[in-house]
Amino acid sequence: MEYLIIIISAIFVNNILLSQFLGICPFLGVSNKLSTATGMSGAVCFVITLATVVTYLLQHYVLVPLGIEFLQTISFILVIAALVQMVEIVLKKVSPSLYQALGIFLPLITTNCAVLGVAISVIDKGFGLGQSVVYAFATSLGYGLAMIIFAGLRETLALNNVPKAFRGIPIALITAGILALAFMGFSGLV
Amino acid sequence: MNSKLNLVTKGLVKENPTFVLLLGMCPTLATTTSALNGMSMGLATMFVLILSNMAISAIARFIPDKVRIPAYIVVIATFVTLLQFLMQAYVPSVYETLGLFIPLIVVNCIILGRAEAFANKNGVIDSALDGVGIGLGFTLALTLLGLVREILGNFSAFGWKFLGADGILAFVLAPGAFIVLAYLIVIFRKATEKK
Repeated sequence: MEYLIIIISAIFVNNILLSQFLGICPFLGVSNKLSTATGMSGAVCFVITLATVVTYLLQHYVLVPLGIEFLQTISFILVIAALVQMVEIVLKKVSPSLYQALGIFLPLITTNCAVLGVAISVIDKGFGLGQSVVYAFATSLGYGLAMIIFAGLRETLALNNVPKAFRGIPIALITAGILALAFMGFSGLV
Repeated sequence: MNSKLNLVTKGLVKENPTFVLLLGMCPTLATTTSALNGMSMGLATMFVLILSNMAISAIARFIPDKVRIPAYIVVIATFVTLLQFLMQAYVPSVYETLGLFIPLIVVNCIILGRAEAFANKNGVIDSALDGVGIGLGFTLALTLLGLVREILGNFSAFGWKFLGADGILAFVLAPGAFIVLAYLIVIFRKATEKK
């Protein structure tokens, strides 16, 4: 039951993109096409879950016992950078077409604040390892959900005649605002 | 002298990080629930930006090209840790309010972007001025966004309540952030287009 609450609140109520504002850059950057948005969500989902496990272990078995919690920011970002590099190498081998499609955004997952944000917030919330993994996975599902809905909306939007000054990012932001308004409807759920 | 001044002013309008380059969107949207919060976030980012620009421009030629991005991130993370300590010591309430977004300055694309696009090719003083300019542009944009959201959402400005009623809450919450930012970008585009 406790896990169910974590999952529902992470996916819908506190959606990482639409209510916590983490990972907005790729949200606006690669959401032009549904296929790239799906690929990006998959990559982010994998990296967030993996990074949270590794940083959780790092925090509780290295930083805390040695009393060097102040190195949290530096060590976490280094671990995430290394992981992203690894995912990049694997993806290049396994799925070159996806690797091509994600282009510059794959190395940019390192500077995707969603990854570091989730890693730090599970520590701040005082979750156990199981809860952290569930929370990280559910959060990244929420990320994928918002990303894919948004990409679908933007594909339709591209066919419309938008006033010149609103073209590109502004109309996308307004769409995101309306989507966030819709997600606010979930707020009484948990 | 003119070129030095130019370095500072270009960040305000021509290369405004928020309205033109559209970088660092996460803190822009998340921390601008009021004008003061927006301004504190902008100043915190500016602090890290100036110091990391200076440090990176000083050491750039000693860093091998292949490992430059991780090296820059470590430099930036060091200054962010320093900032965390300073804020915890002197302005703990601001630190509490901004919360997660202080450590997340590490992954703000503006800072890494300036390191890569400017600081590693230019001198220490120029890089510091560039940091001041871009930092000021970011701070102004965040303060403005925070101010508009605070006025509409809470009927107050910088904490001073000018109307005794409850505001339109949606502007303080998530949807307002997206919508107000969109309109500010449009206004900014319209205003700079004519010149």
